[in-house]
Amino acid sequence: MDRIATGKAQLIGTRTVEDVREDFPILDRRVGGKALAYLDNAATSQKPREVLEAIRVYYEHSNANVHRALHTLGEEATASFEEARKKIQRFVNAEKPCEIVYTRGTTEAINLVACAWAQRFLSEGDVVLLTEMEHHSNLVPWQLACERRGCRLQFIPVEPDGTLDLQKAERSWDPHTRMVALTHVSNVLGTVNDVKAVAALAHARGAAVLVDGAQAVPHFRVDVRDLDCDFYAFSSHKMCGPMGIGVLYGKEKVLDAMPPWMGGGEMIRAVTLERSTWNDLPWKFEAGTPNVEGAIGLGVAIDYLHGLELRHIAAWEEELGRYALQRLYGAPGVTLYGKAEHRGSAFSFTLGSVHAHDVAQFLDREGIAVRAGHHCAQPLMRKLGVPATVRASLSFYNTFAEIDRLAEALEGALRFYA
Amino acid sequence: MSAFDEMYQEIVMDHYRTPRNAARLDHIPQSMAHENPTCGDSLKLEVIIGKDARLEQVRFDGKGCAISTASASLMTETVTGLSVTEARELAGTFIRALRGEAPIDALDRMGDLVAFKGIASFPVRVKCATLAWHALLVSLPGGN
Repeated sequence: MDRIATGKAQLIGTRTVEDVREDFPILDRRVGGKALAYLDNAATSQKPREVLEAIRVYYEHSNANVHRALHTLGEEATASFEEARKKIQRFVNAEKPCEIVYTRGTTEAINLVACAWAQRFLSEGDVVLLTEMEHHSNLVPWQLACERRGCRLQFIPVEPDGTLDLQKAERSWDPHTRMVALTHVSNVLGTVNDVKAVAALAHARGAAVLVDGAQAVPHFRVDVRDLDCDFYAFSSHKMCGPMGIGVLYGKEKVLDAMPPWMGGGEMIRAVTLERSTWNDLPWKFEAGTPNVEGAIGLGVAIDYLHGLELRHIAAWEEELGRYALQRLYGAPGVTLYGKAEHRGSAFSFTLGSVHAHDVAQFLDREGIAVRAGHHCAQPLMRKLGVPATVRASLSFYNTFAEIDRLAEALEGALRFYA
Repeated sequence: MSAFDEMYQEIVMDHYRTPRNAARLDHIPQSMAHENPTCGDSLKLEVIIGKDARLEQVRFDGKGCAISTASASLMTETVTGLSVTEARELAGTFIRALRGEAPIDALDRMGDLVAFKGIASFPVRVKCATLAWHALLVSLPGGN
């Protein structure tokens, strides 16, 4: 296939992609003597200089424990930590900052709900409805919750094109369903699910809704009030922020009704030897010293994304994704999984009879970083009938040339392993 | 030699492209297959012990990456004719060496198996190279 996009302008709003790439020091790296082509963004994104700098400045200037310190550094750290919470609130359009709970990541956010919410709202015989395309992080916590609460799991099936059939889900709706937990964007198939429609469906039948937004927030504008979900979970590290911090958005009245899930400092109001009372939201769910550098870094990552503007990011990534589809679809030996019309920028595929791990190893030799394996979605792999796939996942700092390199290297891999 | 070339040496690629002692082993149920869930590799192994208590025939049936296929193929060649004790010792040493629990130079004395030396620096791929050997340990009399 020809390099059809060569020479075409690559713009995020008014900035060129080449210019934006300058913001990310790591993109200069060479791997095995070749320029790095980082196409593993669904696993984690790279970080712009501002984020790295903010973390350094925090430690060199204001490092202190938050919330109870009566000294200048403590006040500064607390102010930055809580300011970041407000940035996150605005980022997802939550109504109040107290609806933003810091966690270690998406996984911990979902576990929080599967423990605390489940303890209050799930009883024996209830149903938790998931989909067949969930990441293990939105499956295993519910398996554990169901075991604890005597509940059952049900699944919305994945259709052959990689989408969910919501009419089918509606027809087979179990009246015992109390929770619907699903991903906004599939980390394997790239499918963007209509979570707003799912929320409407669920709420009309008395069920709550949790959305795993890890693969969504880095790529397009998410408005939790418009989606009307009860919970929305995401991670900092996939959206240009540091690792080890994530967010649980929850509607205030739902969070309020939930018991705490971890005990310790910060989450309490008054403690006697026998019992304790709980702090206000969101601190009720934030036991222990939090990840202050993470929160500050995430806040700066949000500023960075706002600087580029999410609508420009989404438009550029769509163009990039279309080009990737063009190059991969029908390329020798390539079978693509996930053909949803409304899709994100993760592309899973197999290459002839070559094992995904061998493909990834070959691409690494060419300086191209992709992921190979089950992508923490073993049930979905079984459904697709493949042991593993290769996944190339794009971010706004990727280029047409990197996609060309991927397509050419795949041809090389096919020859090498033939 | 680059790390990549070290891993995919000619002998490895040869055994991957033309596996020795590969067969359909439909009489062995899938539930008896050895699996590496991380990469979806699955391997059935059949070990026939002769009257002299040596490994008379070793065959495998599996789906996997180049490394796991080549490793299974080379293993069947290497262990055929060995006594059960020798095979067990060899498997143990091979696995420990690749895991970094024993000197990797042990592979220098294992004939063509030396081709897997480079794998030791790729921890993710060690499981691929040792799957067949784990299967062998379980398949030998007294294994579990």
